[in-house]
Amino acid sequence: MLIAALTLGTLTAVALHARGSATLGAADLGALRFTLLQAGASALLSVALAIPVARALARRSFIGRRLLIALMGAPFILPVVVAILGLVAVFGRSGWINVALITFGLPRVSIYGFQGVLLGNVFFNLPLAARLILQGWQTIPAEHFRLAASLEFAPADTFRIIEWPMLRAIVPGALLAIFLICLTSFAIALTLGGGPAATTVELAIYQAFRFDFDLTRAALLAAIQFALCAAATLASLKLSLPIATSGGLDRPVERRDAGAIALRIQDATALTLGALFLFLPLASVGLSGIGALPGLPMAVWLAALRSLGVAVVATGLTGLIALALGLSRSRGGSRLIELAGMTPLAASPLVLGTGLFLIINPLADPAALALPLTALTNAAMAMPFALRALLPALDQIEATQGRLADSLGLPLWARLRLVVLPRLRRPLGFALGLSAALSMGDLGVIAIFAGPHSATLPLQIYRLMGAYRMEDASGAALLLLIISLALFWFFDRGVGGDAKA
Amino acid sequence: MLRLEALRISRPGFDLTADLSIPKGTRTAIIGPSGAGKSTLLAAISGFQPLAQGRITWDGQDLAQIPPGHRPLSILFQDNNLFPHLTAEENIGLALRPSLRLTTGERQKVRAALARVGLEGLEQRRPAQLSGGQQSRIALARALLRARPLLLLDEPFAALGPGLRLEMLDLVREITMETGATLLMVSHEPTDARRIADLTILVSEGTAEPPKSTLELFADPPPALRAYLGN
Amino acid sequence: MKALIASVLIAQASVAQAETPTLTVYTYDSFVADWGPGPAVKKAFEPICHCHLNFVATGDGAALLSRIKLEGARSKADVVLGLDTSLTADAAATGLFAPHGPLPALDLPGQWDDPTFVPFDWGYFAFVYDKTKVKTPPQSFPELAKSNLKVVIEDPRSSTPGLGLLYWVKDAYGDKAGEIWQSLAHNILTVTPSWDEAYGMFTKGEADMVLSYTTSPAYHLIEEHDDTKAAALFDEGNYMEVEVAAKLKSSVHQALADEFLNFMTTPAFQEIIPETNWMYPAIKLPGGLPKGFDEYRPKKSLLLSAEQAKALRAPALAEWQAALSR
Repeated sequence: MLIAALTLGTLTAVALHARGSATLGAADLGALRFTLLQAGASALLSVALAIPVARALARRSFIGRRLLIALMGAPFILPVVVAILGLVAVFGRSGWINVALITFGLPRVSIYGFQGVLLGNVFFNLPLAARLILQGWQTIPAEHFRLAASLEFAPADTFRIIEWPMLRAIVPGALLAIFLICLTSFAIALTLGGGPAATTVELAIYQAFRFDFDLTRAALLAAIQFALCAAATLASLKLSLPIATSGGLDRPVERRDAGAIALRIQDATALTLGALFLFLPLASVGLSGIGALPGLPMAVWLAALRSLGVAVVATGLTGLIALALGLSRSRGGSRLIELAGMTPLAASPLVLGTGLFLIINPLADPAALALPLTALTNAAMAMPFALRALLPALDQIEATQGRLADSLGLPLWARLRLVVLPRLRRPLGFALGLSAALSMGDLGVIAIFAGPHSATLPLQIYRLMGAYRMEDASGAALLLLIISLALFWFFDRGVGGDAKA
Repeated sequence: MLRLEALRISRPGFDLTADLSIPKGTRTAIIGPSGAGKSTLLAAISGFQPLAQGRITWDGQDLAQIPPGHRPLSILFQDNNLFPHLTAEENIGLALRPSLRLTTGERQKVRAALARVGLEGLEQRRPAQLSGGQQSRIALARALLRARPLLLLDEPFAALGPGLRLEMLDLVREITMETGATLLMVSHEPTDARRIADLTILVSEGTAEPPKSTLELFADPPPALRAYLGN
Repeated sequence: MKALIASVLIAQASVAQAETPTLTVYTYDSFVADWGPGPAVKKAFEPICHCHLNFVATGDGAALLSRIKLEGARSKADVVLGLDTSLTADAAATGLFAPHGPLPALDLPGQWDDPTFVPFDWGYFAFVYDKTKVKTPPQSFPELAKSNLKVVIEDPRSSTPGLGLLYWVKDAYGDKAGEIWQSLAHNILTVTPSWDEAYGMFTKGEADMVLSYTTSPAYHLIEEHDDTKAAALFDEGNYMEVEVAAKLKSSVHQALADEFLNFMTTPAFQEIIPETNWMYPAIKLPGGLPKGFDEYRPKKSLLLSAEQAKALRAPALAEWQAALSR
């Protein structure tokens, strides 16, 4: 409930501050249309492209497979501005691809426009989709593939009889998650969209709030954005949703049918293209940052430490809240708990920050609470992913061992320690790792509250860029990338590593 | 005749050798302690387990280059022999045409197979609507329809109650007698072996022994079998 | 005993703290960065005022004004530093700001007669380019429109330079501004939410020119010893940005706030500005300007009055959106 309160409460706080009424103009409706269009198309494209990548990952074993899967978490946690510069370095007007095209006498391709918005969103979300879908592949019993082999299934038969039913269960949830993430997109849509035609609702909120100082319109637009999310989530509660854990991702699915040359080529192509698409921009971030890394100013290292602290606190909070929500839900609570957990995905970061400010300001100095508030909002942001990861596992534990635990009369703590936690390590490790990495990379409310001595690493990156220090900013971005991945790795392997169950 | 020639299967911490022949038309049980490699031996014959050494032949033909689906055999696994979202009829129909676009004649055959395993009229049921015994019968019906000369059973009836399991074994015996198929079945129940198998292969301590007459074997068990039987 | 001494020391420390007043200054985020003016200003002012100078960062200039509007008369701020001339009319209309005292001789192009806001630095917007890549830079908006040069600009709805460009075109072309925007549409590679993305894309070589300031090349010259960056001066003139500060009526430290505003226009504060904020100081510095700062002096200075800016904002934005949304 705390999570929903954070999302809805901040929105209400902004709305209460508003005076007068607001109506939606043609521009707002245009923004709404564009937002839905780009979020929908991005979700479809991310998932469509993720399927061959996930399939190749599922049935191939190769050197670097584990590293590839771990690195796939990287785009998701990059500060948007860093990701944009990485994408531009590869796909931009003078990016690597266009330089290559011109060298071979071919015409340039432009990323600016609707295709650019899709490119940016797919870059961020394809890895997430691929991980969710790979998880689906791993839930298919190995015997089914052996059965397919012994019954001489053609690849089309394997797809229709084994893979399609799995995809039908997994894909709607993956689509929803990515649709919601893209709903609040702002910088990507505008920068790669090439101009004001690519105005999203979030940018309209920004404009209403900052440019016109029209709180009524800002609150109205935020409410619309929120309603869109709620509608999409409610619609999807009927669909089975994906289980986002890292469990067993190390082991490729055994596939005897995958030996055909055509399939090998198909998988190799999907993996190569997918890896290049994701890692070239990351490589450009790394290349431009590596030189500046050793000479980074002290302030950046301090900010890194601060971010690390915030990430650890946020991760702890995520774990506690997600467990509490998940347990009450799996032990017969309402599905509304799930819905409450999803709300932060639709929250406008600007409205969230401003609302928090309006709530805190009469009571305490927001600047003094900047870091705790950042940790709290980060924990809220990670909640949808954490719940997705934990709920199915909790349901299963409850179904298989709930009665046994009840019959033994285990008190709550013993039940958690002996029954739940040992079997929850893998999804919990993944949830905590994702939460830590998300928190490291989030600019969040700190931008509204920060004093001189509470800058986090992402904010410091923006400050460096704002002061012309692009080299140092690249170095700091690389540092952020390294710490985030290390955190993710630590929680995912350390907590979820040698699961007993 | 099925021949396993100087066969060796290696995995980290696991080694199994076998050098034996199984005559055509016989029913052979594979018994031994769990973890000894009974299922691995079946996986090797059916093509799911690569060999470290040696070769497997059927009627003198080396199976090495033949993919699982083209080998002269059908196999039933311990679990997941059926696709949960397909009906009984569709699960059986996969034996004839994985595309499931069955002709009327083929549909007739599916019904006949279903009738043969005693499940007439349950064509449209899905696995979740069937009992464990009925699910086993459907898997068996599919194997029947595939009509391959070798039938491998990897303890598909282990989860059934004793009565039901014996019933299934009798059905298997009837079917193999009708079709003349060679049966190779993994079991950890000596009674199963005694009930339907002419021959028994003992797998223990890294070796699959050549098949011996089941009656003789149990009448005078060698030390390894005695240890397994527990007396 | 130790505990007693410790508690006495703590008590003394808190008494000492209570006796030292704290001046709270709201400003934009880059002002308080370790490489911004903030730390140096704090170091220079605190020994003079015998006070604590507490900077509170709030995002950028527009966020600063939103913050003050949200807090109203209950604001903890004594001084707001970092609004610019596109925001001052709005800021004055809130009635929250108090008039300033007498000002020293300022070094601004044109007269400064605003009774409330004290300028602390200023600059010209300009398109910045790389001399090694752009051999003949455009000298006006129509010349830019005729060229095939690609520029990155900032969105006026979310960025100060973006809004500055909007006023620049409007001030120079009036009713024809919409046509100018239409003719420029093919030059605009993309529009970014803030200066950071735009300048980052330019330094990565993505665009030929970027909307920034005439003082941007000086940064590269002084900090990176790179003299390849240049700013294009336009025949229409270049639009100005004047950054200002003001005291809040609600401040309980009125005298201290006045002292800070006064300090702001002295050399001790102003000498910090050029090489941390990369803008022109508001007074003539005794030691002159750092190298590179005299390189680009526009033929004409454009600046709408605060009232004009306020009145033209909505129609100018509509023209811009209509021309670039095609």
